[in-house]
Amino acid sequence: MVIIILFMVGVVAAVLWWLSHQGLMAKPWLEQSTVGNVPATGASSLPTAKIGLGMFLTVAGSLFALLVSAYAMRMAMPDWRALPMPILLWINTGALVVSSAALQCAQGAARRQDLADVRTGLLAGGAAALVFLAGQLLAWQQLNALGYFLATNPANAFFYLLTAVHGVHVAGGMVALGRTGARAWRGDRPDRLRLSVELCTMYWHFLLLVWLVLLGLLMGWADRFAEMCRQLLS
Amino acid sequence: MVDVIREPVEPVPPAEVPELELYHPKSWITTWVFSQDAKVIAVQYSVTALAIGMVALVLSWMMRLQLAFPDSFSFIDANGYYQFITMHGMIMVIYLLTALFLGGFGNYLIPLMVGARDMVFPYVNMLSYWIYLLAVLVLAAGFFAPGGPTGAGWTLYPPQAILSGTPGGNDWGIILMLSSLILFIIGFTMGGLNYVVTVLQGRTRGMTLMRMPLTVWGIFTATVMALLAFPALFVAAVMMLLDRILGTSFFMPSLVEMGEHLKYGGGSPILFQHLFWFFGHPEVYIVALPAFGIVSDLISTHARKNIFGYRMMVWAIVGIGALSFVVWAHHMYVSGMNPYFGFFFATTTLIIAIPTAIKVYNWVLTLWRGDIHLTPPMLFAIAFIVTFVNGGLTGLFLGNVVVDVPLSDTMFVVAHFHMVMGVAPIFVVFGAVYHWYPKITGRMLDDTMGKIHFWVSFVGAYAIFFPMHYLGLIGVPRRYYELGETAFIPPSAHDLNIFITLAALTVGAAQLVFLFNLIWSLRHGKEAGGNPWRATTLEWQTPTTPPPHGNWGDEQPVVYRWAYDYSVPGAEQDFLPQNWPAPSRPG
Repeated sequence: MVIIILFMVGVVAAVLWWLSHQGLMAKPWLEQSTVGNVPATGASSLPTAKIGLGMFLTVAGSLFALLVSAYAMRMAMPDWRALPMPILLWINTGALVVSSAALQCAQGAARRQDLADVRTGLLAGGAAALVFLAGQLLAWQQLNALGYFLATNPANAFFYLLTAVHGVHVAGGMVALGRTGARAWRGDRPDRLRLSVELCTMYWHFLLLVWLVLLGLLMGWADRFAEMCRQLLS
Repeated sequence: MVDVIREPVEPVPPAEVPELELYHPKSWITTWVFSQDAKVIAVQYSVTALAIGMVALVLSWMMRLQLAFPDSFSFIDANGYYQFITMHGMIMVIYLLTALFLGGFGNYLIPLMVGARDMVFPYVNMLSYWIYLLAVLVLAAGFFAPGGPTGAGWTLYPPQAILSGTPGGNDWGIILMLSSLILFIIGFTMGGLNYVVTVLQGRTRGMTLMRMPLTVWGIFTATVMALLAFPALFVAAVMMLLDRILGTSFFMPSLVEMGEHLKYGGGSPILFQHLFWFFGHPEVYIVALPAFGIVSDLISTHARKNIFGYRMMVWAIVGIGALSFVVWAHHMYVSGMNPYFGFFFATTTLIIAIPTAIKVYNWVLTLWRGDIHLTPPMLFAIAFIVTFVNGGLTGLFLGNVVVDVPLSDTMFVVAHFHMVMGVAPIFVVFGAVYHWYPKITGRMLDDTMGKIHFWVSFVGAYAIFFPMHYLGLIGVPRRYYELGETAFIPPSAHDLNIFITLAALTVGAAQLVFLFNLIWSLRHGKEAGGNPWRATTLEWQTPTTPPPHGNWGDEQPVVYRWAYDYSVPGAEQDFLPQNWPAPSRPG
């Protein structure tokens, strides 16, 4: 559980930093305002949808941090038998990186109001994400063919669970990406399109980051980190 | 009702965030059923939560009947008893209290209190309610499924939760329960994002964070906590569902059942406990913080006095919210843990008493020399303080490892958590309903019925839960279907059980008075006017009551002061609404 605690410490630090800029030392009982002279509320100038997505990503981050925590706890037991990672995962990782990069390009194009490039970027990003999803399914199939079934042991179960939860998030993102694509082809207002593309890009970068963490964990690179966490606990 | 004469409020400073584009419903269905208006959604949430809460109330009657009169009722057997316990606990904690405080009061009060026209994502907000309703229906479906609902206890501890010896463990019961929880969390997350982002971005001009009423602070902080804590329950529920349906072994160790080796092996039941309580303890404060906030506003309004130590109250709410994430393992002392671990969690548990005590002192000091009006909301608010202190003190006992271990499996714990997170928050719910009902419907609830409801509930709750502490101290175990011939339990304990049951039946019946009042006053209640309690917060300053979709007519209000300007020296009236400007100084 040290991992989720670290995650929470990060969230709490961010919240406290934000609160410290919100005048928590104010003495509101002494501070009445006159007409035309009210204080700023401290609301962010970022679009509300972006703040909403940021909050959602924090929630999703906490979900993944918990899964990683559970993985680390279970991994610590002596009977843990890790399963071999298919080479395919590397290709999938590449596809997800390409997807994220393509959306980054689309975001740049949306800011330049270059509609053709936005379309290309969205299309490339979506296609690469589909490749990633298909690749993940293929990886499942390969492991299944080798006899590493879901219920054979906890390491397998964790592998399937982590990849599935991540995959579901990518698939959910595809829906948003599809709507953004529709917007791009319909020729919606540039500012709306730009916001949609920015939201998708933000989400994709988050999923890429999560995947890299999961990959590190599944590949066993995170063992040393987990070992440190364990030592902290014991 | 006081006539409010306002100074001209022009010029209005520009809003920092562009105004929300309101969705305009075109038909009856989109106005009242699939509504995107937070106020309608709030009422939908509240009615659904109260309806399923009534089911949980009846379940508690059944348990009490069994405990007082064992072997007298043919419709209660051991399996049924465990199913009643499980469903009662889960419904009350999650589907009633969490949904009512955040989905009900959150939806109604946040936009109105911060001066917004609606939640920032109204469509997602609507989806949130409908997924919640689906979750409730899936949960209730357990009663009709083969084998009945799960009887695993509200904590659903594996491995017993999904074994055949537990009711519903091998049938649909546990599957429906876990699915319902997963749905609830998805629905809640949709609503929760709305509440948080509305507070962040939807506040009207002049409404700084430190001018927000404490109700909004409480609901806001609780929602942030819930958004971070519910994923733990989500993960636990998904993993257990996989264990149950696909035969994985996340939580299931190797087991022999009826001489047969089960297919499970290698799972860790303790892992579930960690995940469950990582959610479960913050859950206590997810319910308590909105109650803290609401009670502060009730006390201040009905004692005609500004809240004592507003800043401390805000800091305490935030502090409690942060601390509540590092105390979860105090629910697991008896699971066996490293003594240093126990020491750490006992320490954090006791530290949380500090901000909580600050709040209690501030409430009492707000009442001190106030002009206390003993209206139903005030009565319930005072009852909350007393009850919360009571439950909190036994919490200090249980927070210590050495005291907790012998008491953990006794009725003492049942009495403790019912006092602190059952009775106390429910009192706030009642107080809040009496307080805001006039705004929601335009009519007052009947005062006499309210007082009958209060006194029976208050005295009755103590008649139920005070003796239960005693039962726990003499060692009466909890979760037992019947005590039978047990040497260390004296006959007086059985008499006490009968007394508690009679009290529980009476208190339950008193809730019917409340329900009747809610329905009767809808038509026959006294006309309330816009601001019957002469309160300062924005929801009482709407141009019409009940407020229409969009809340504020043409112009959103502008906030000039904090929420607690009651009995200001030198002021003409004893309350100054938040949208009253200070007189401009000459020059």
